[in-house]
Amino acid sequence: MSKRAHRSPLLTARDGMWLVLTVATTLAPHLGNLPIWLAGVATLLLAARLFVDLHRIPAPGKILLTTMAVAITVLTGVHFGELFGRAPGLALLTAFLGLKLLEARTRRDGLAVVLLCFFMQLGQFLQSQTMNTAVFTMIGVIMATSTLARLHGVANAKGSIRLAILLALQGVPLMLVLFLLFPRIQGPLWGLPGDAFAATTGLSGSMQPGSISNLVRSGEIVFRAEFSGEAPSPRLRYWRGPVLSKFDGRTWTQSNHREAKTPFYRVSGTAYSYTMTLEPNGQRWLLALEVPIGGPDQARYSSDYQLLSERPVTSRIRYSARAYPEARTGAEATEDILQEALALPDSDNPRARRLGQNLRQRHDAPRMRITALLEQFRESALIYTLNPPLLGNNPVDEFLFDTRRGFCEHFASAFVFIARAAGVPARIVTGYQGGEQNPVDHSIVVRQSDAHAWAEVWLKGHGWVRVDPTAESSPSRIDDGIRTALAGEVDLPFVIRADFDWLQAARYRWEAANNAWNQWVLGYDPRRQRLLLNLLGLDSTDWRQLTFVIFLLSLLIVATLMRWVYARPSDCDELDRSWRKLCAILARAGVERMHNEGPLDFSRRAATLRPDLANQLEQIGSLYAFLRYGLRGPDDLQKRTTLKKLVDELGKQ
Amino acid sequence: MLKEIRGELRSRVDGWLFRIRPAEALPVVLRQRRIFVLPTRFGVAFAFTLLVMLLTSINYNLSLGYALTFSLGGIGMVSILHAFRNLLHLEIHPAACPPVHAGTPATFTLRLRNDAGRPRTALLLSVPGGPAGTPFDIAPHENKSMAISLPTTRRGWITPGRVTLSTTYPLGMIKAWSVFAPDLRCLVYARPETPSVPIQAHGASSAGAAVGNTGKDDFVGFREYQRTDSPGHIAWRLAAKCERLLTKQFDGGDAVELELDWSDLPAALGTEERLSRLTRWTLLAEAAGIPYSLRIPGRIVQTGYGPAHRDRCLRTLALFGHRDE
Repeated sequence: MSKRAHRSPLLTARDGMWLVLTVATTLAPHLGNLPIWLAGVATLLLAARLFVDLHRIPAPGKILLTTMAVAITVLTGVHFGELFGRAPGLALLTAFLGLKLLEARTRRDGLAVVLLCFFMQLGQFLQSQTMNTAVFTMIGVIMATSTLARLHGVANAKGSIRLAILLALQGVPLMLVLFLLFPRIQGPLWGLPGDAFAATTGLSGSMQPGSISNLVRSGEIVFRAEFSGEAPSPRLRYWRGPVLSKFDGRTWTQSNHREAKTPFYRVSGTAYSYTMTLEPNGQRWLLALEVPIGGPDQARYSSDYQLLSERPVTSRIRYSARAYPEARTGAEATEDILQEALALPDSDNPRARRLGQNLRQRHDAPRMRITALLEQFRESALIYTLNPPLLGNNPVDEFLFDTRRGFCEHFASAFVFIARAAGVPARIVTGYQGGEQNPVDHSIVVRQSDAHAWAEVWLKGHGWVRVDPTAESSPSRIDDGIRTALAGEVDLPFVIRADFDWLQAARYRWEAANNAWNQWVLGYDPRRQRLLLNLLGLDSTDWRQLTFVIFLLSLLIVATLMRWVYARPSDCDELDRSWRKLCAILARAGVERMHNEGPLDFSRRAATLRPDLANQLEQIGSLYAFLRYGLRGPDDLQKRTTLKKLVDELGKQ
Repeated sequence: MLKEIRGELRSRVDGWLFRIRPAEALPVVLRQRRIFVLPTRFGVAFAFTLLVMLLTSINYNLSLGYALTFSLGGIGMVSILHAFRNLLHLEIHPAACPPVHAGTPATFTLRLRNDAGRPRTALLLSVPGGPAGTPFDIAPHENKSMAISLPTTRRGWITPGRVTLSTTYPLGMIKAWSVFAPDLRCLVYARPETPSVPIQAHGASSAGAAVGNTGKDDFVGFREYQRTDSPGHIAWRLAAKCERLLTKQFDGGDAVELELDWSDLPAALGTEERLSRLTRWTLLAEAAGIPYSLRIPGRIVQTGYGPAHRDRCLRTLALFGHRDE
């Protein structure tokens, strides 16, 4: 090793700076995802290398570096509690890249640093695959490639960057062929570490005061839906998530439910079909528009009418489904489900309980009790706000009678509580409501800020009927979305606030582009590849055919590039370019060359018209005539350069 | 021994593989059939990295990971063409290769002609057994002279053998090279004997050994300067070269030319030692400014003086026993 390293040329200080720049562009997107101390260590290592190069001092010795490596490994292990996950893995690689950079002395070391950089650029995609990330990675690749060029003899900075860009551009056709045709296999090939897909924000399957309003502060996209045909109006857009039926006085949790491959209901009425692109949420719920049929191949239906995926959704998935907003569900609800939907904790919220009992006494029909309850909500002049006051031990009472300010979870929770007290089976449904339509590509975008909680009551003969108590106090939440309903509350994520119209237009465009990116670049999976191959008339299962096609296309690309390799722009071309440029300059100045005019005549005529430039013009004319028609001489190259320089100078005047 | 066999075998295999004729007339133009490309050690490491990246992309379903891996693959592939293009259409012309004495490295100068409008970057000329060269660039339309040096050990002709022009431009993943055996040869004179022995030759006119009264007429050689020596007899020209003072020794008589004769040398000397000594004497005589002639078995160089005469003598000595050309 050491013998070989000696043969490898030593890195110059300038090489070192290129390496630092490469590592910096590679690691920059990672820093936000690293533990803060490690981000600091990585930055320090880079700075140390820069310092070593700038001041030409010896780099730290092997012992110090080894000690640092061991210390960082131990600290990483302590920080994450393990070493073999995705996050600790990336953290360790970052640290090692920094250490290797600091240690690098010879070209071989430099090359190892660049290879590690390439790998880290890939590692970044484990965190994010947005367009921004792609652009950043592109910059990183160009930097790394030009560093390679630099380490192999391309001395000037501009030249090496230009070369790297040229290489990358010439590599694009091959990249496209492989990207589209290389057989896509649905991973994983081996077991992934447990944290392969970091926890994402989203609905959690339980609800307590504050859980939804926290979610609303995020502008993150949950899913996009593209309707084939007219999209349903906002007040019909209830995207169903976990159904919460159990209540312990503070927290609502999911009901007991069963799952089956066929739905627990029959559908009828108007159907809306749509294609859903669901972002990974680490959960099984598919957030289908009520009442759903369809979904991905392995979709399950639950007895509380959710659409579930077989396994947690860990990567973006796309599937089509239909919704029947008018369909009835739950006409045949069993006794245990209804019992669960009536259960209340033993003693709390006395005032709300009393209200429920009153309703029960006043109205016989459950339906009337609900109507009266909603009336009561309306009259209480409750205020819909993202920042409700904190509630004590009797949250329903305090919300309804004292503070009167709450978010949808307060509304839904209070409503279901009283309905149960009034003897009407009721439960909470969490999910998303509304979503906005992007005017550019017409897809409906639903974000965390559209998270919502509503209620369902069971009425004999009607089954489960959706009731949205929030709508009673803040109808605009349902009709116009949360932006309007909460206009003026500064806590809303910047992207969804209503007060910047131009910003909104830009955002729509950006999101449409993002959607296309997600669909066509990130969403290019085995299924899409199959579709494309079928479209091209290829058999996606025949790998030999596919290999042959890839080979053929690559050959075609290489053959095309070979034309460039063999192209020999002759000296005359260069000469002609200079001459044409001169003619153009003079034409702009009003001296047009006549067709029968030779270079000498033309330049002489131009010289008489522009006596201030006479010298240059005549020199150019005679040089051109000599180079074009004269004998070849040893100083042709010099003359050609002179001619070019003269013309260029003329162009600037 | 084994090494020699291996070297021989290798040069034969190379000769067959790369179609090297024993020696080809220059200029050589590097066309497609003479340029070879293979991945370097770094190229293999890069390919391995790409493989790991591809597996990671598959495992984590990273669509952008595929894109990154394949675009790096594309860059790697295109760099093959760049490496190839860096050598394509270069012309190699012969230039001078002045004679040297055995023991000093022979220098072959080649003129590399770049007719294209693009620079050629990081080229490397090397010969087996020669020192590791340093990379050089050739500007557009430039004619660049590059020297390769080879160590010499024996007198006679030396040829550069297989000369390799290679490049790892642009990214060091691919080595493109071309091998040619230019029809060039350099004459290696015999190694001048060191330390030098004073010339013991007789003047052209007098026969017999060069011993006798140390007079002023017949030059017989040099000896270390002694204080009593006349400054007029100091070999100033040699003093400048050898940094020590030598006094010319003359034998009585009027001969002013030397006969450097093989047969006058002690019988105990072998062939190479004789040639070595005569080579030294030729140099000494030339430096002293005395006309001289050379006589070795089979060849006689008539009395003369001057660089051309010296070179003729040295050449005769160098090629003793060789089929002269």
